[in-house]
Amino acid sequence: MQHFWNDPLGWGNAGIFIAGAVAVLAVVIFFVTYAIYFERKFIGWMQFRKGPNRVGPLGLLQTVADVAKLLLKEDTIPSKADKGLFVLAPVLAFVPSFVVLAFIPYSMNLQFADLNVGFLYYIALSGITTIAIVVGGWASNNKYSLLGGMRSAAQMISYEVPLVMSIVGVVMMTGSLNLRDIVIAQEGYFWDWNFLPQILGFGIFVISAISELNRTPFDLPEAESELVAGYHVEYSGFRFAFFMLTEYIYLYAIACLTTLLFLGGWNPPFPQLDFIPGVLWFFLKFAFIVFTIFWIRATFPRLRVDQLMSLAWKVLLPLAILNIFLTALGIELM
Amino acid sequence: MIRTEELLLNVGPQHPSTHGVFRIVVKLDGEIITEATPVMGYLHRGTEKLAENLNYTQIIPYTDRMDYVSAMTNNYVLVHAVEKMMGLEVPERAEFLRLVVMELQRIASHLVWWGTYLLDIGAISPFLYAFSDRERILGLFNELCGARLTYNYMRVGGVKWDAPDGWIDRVKTFVKDMYVRLDEYHNLVSGNEIFLARIKGIGQYDVKTAIEYGLSGANLRCTGVDWDLRKAEPYSLYDRFDFDVVVGKNGDCYDRYLCRLGEITQSLRILEQALEQFPGEGDTMGKVPRVIRPPAGEIYVRIESPRGEIGCHIVSKGKAEPYRLKFRRPSFVNLQILPKLLIGENMTNMVTILGGIDIVLGEVDC
Repeated sequence: MQHFWNDPLGWGNAGIFIAGAVAVLAVVIFFVTYAIYFERKFIGWMQFRKGPNRVGPLGLLQTVADVAKLLLKEDTIPSKADKGLFVLAPVLAFVPSFVVLAFIPYSMNLQFADLNVGFLYYIALSGITTIAIVVGGWASNNKYSLLGGMRSAAQMISYEVPLVMSIVGVVMMTGSLNLRDIVIAQEGYFWDWNFLPQILGFGIFVISAISELNRTPFDLPEAESELVAGYHVEYSGFRFAFFMLTEYIYLYAIACLTTLLFLGGWNPPFPQLDFIPGVLWFFLKFAFIVFTIFWIRATFPRLRVDQLMSLAWKVLLPLAILNIFLTALGIELM
Repeated sequence: MIRTEELLLNVGPQHPSTHGVFRIVVKLDGEIITEATPVMGYLHRGTEKLAENLNYTQIIPYTDRMDYVSAMTNNYVLVHAVEKMMGLEVPERAEFLRLVVMELQRIASHLVWWGTYLLDIGAISPFLYAFSDRERILGLFNELCGARLTYNYMRVGGVKWDAPDGWIDRVKTFVKDMYVRLDEYHNLVSGNEIFLARIKGIGQYDVKTAIEYGLSGANLRCTGVDWDLRKAEPYSLYDRFDFDVVVGKNGDCYDRYLCRLGEITQSLRILEQALEQFPGEGDTMGKVPRVIRPPAGEIYVRIESPRGEIGCHIVSKGKAEPYRLKFRRPSFVNLQILPKLLIGENMTNMVTILGGIDIVLGEVDC
């Protein structure tokens, strides 16, 4: 895939780029459709319910029907809303979420853009979504969505700091921000993966990542019991679907990143098992992370907004810095 | 200089956490509440006025609709008041049936509270667990009287229906299972760090404030006051059974939580004993005149509902209809402390505190 980047841009490789983008979009939409389905199924089983089982065999078409419903809904914009920003916000939220997927390597060769800045690219782009959420909350001209938008901005900005800091340990061990290099450095047995030497960083990363995703127990921006629905309270139809889509694409991205940075990417847990294709290993680890996030949602209550902030700044950030120090010490001593 | 102003936020009547059509207008400084004004009456149906044109048997279904989460205790307070006024004897089997359904109802009511409270705090699963247990109680009630929410079960002088065959055994099985389930609930929720951080020390008040505001039920006992009408002024057959009054210490949401869950255990204890002593046979209806005409006079009767002290004040002029009927509804009285508790709290705590008071809007508005 990589040589296309180095060739001059012509009709041929432009076509390939577009085809690649469409393929990723298809994969991601498929993922989102069935992630929602499985989330509902899993949580249903955990709560002694059946989950969706009416639309299509085993309810497999439930999400398809839901999306069709959202598409057919009347598109309403509140009369007092800031129309331009109101329309812009869902798009502004969705585009960066999709763009961050470009640099994720699924196996040794399957990657769209091999960027040397790697993780920084993700942080830079995902920050734009925060702006979109504030814009959406503000433009709705609704007090609930304003509170939701403000909370969301505070939360996402706060948690980006420990999220980045928790990665620094991994980057120091590898000496590169490039995700391919990070995965290659984790080759070997499963205890060579970063999650063991970087156990502290791994914990901080997972907690901050769940918070970045606005999921339970950090789902304050859309805490339905106090803010009704948070920043997207005024959105309906497909604009709402865009926010939903964004959220699940970030889930996809974060699950991919956790796999790559800490769980050895496409490496098998034992080198003897390398006859199984790397993509499959990647998918298994990825599915495990996604499942864990669903599981947490069925289990935990929600934090309060002030507790959320003090957790980020008073606990996670100092721990992340400690992790950097310990990693440096480890590298120096070895 | 940035000009800032307070945000006037209207919460409800259509809000997921006001547990019905309750509305509260809050002034927010940032996210901190500086003033809270509750607005009630969206569910007012004029029960007390309607009762003045109905005979006593006809009023019973209206009481079902006051505290619809705990209809059995509402039934009881009315028929108990009338019986006391007329000096009627209730057969023992009927009284046992009443006691069993009231304690089952207390468990069901606390389960609804437990589930919805955790839903307010953001945990979704406990809600479904609690409702699946409550479902079993409702199933038992359904067998007994054919209704699942508004039972219209009790009558002046007894109960309408006798227990069907095997019903007592099914209640026994339920009681046994419920002990296990309650342990699971404690394991799942009561020690959760996030949950404790959310409710410990929130909505705290002392004994003096609680008594000044006339609080009752778990809202009073959480401060450490040992006051349960089942013990303090025994009615029905409560003096025959051995049970404890669960009291808290700090008067915060966490103690209220523990009080209510503790009360489930105590109700199970009462049920165990009551089901053991349950009379094998007997009438379910006492000797009651065809037309119920309490003698002229007044009476105030109070019992312990899951939410606190529910009272019934009847003024009779010797007619078949009450001259005036007044219910003291615990939800309404307990709610009065809300504006005081909310000042200085943020929006998230508002939900925690309101949920902790445990109101039922049918009863608040009556």
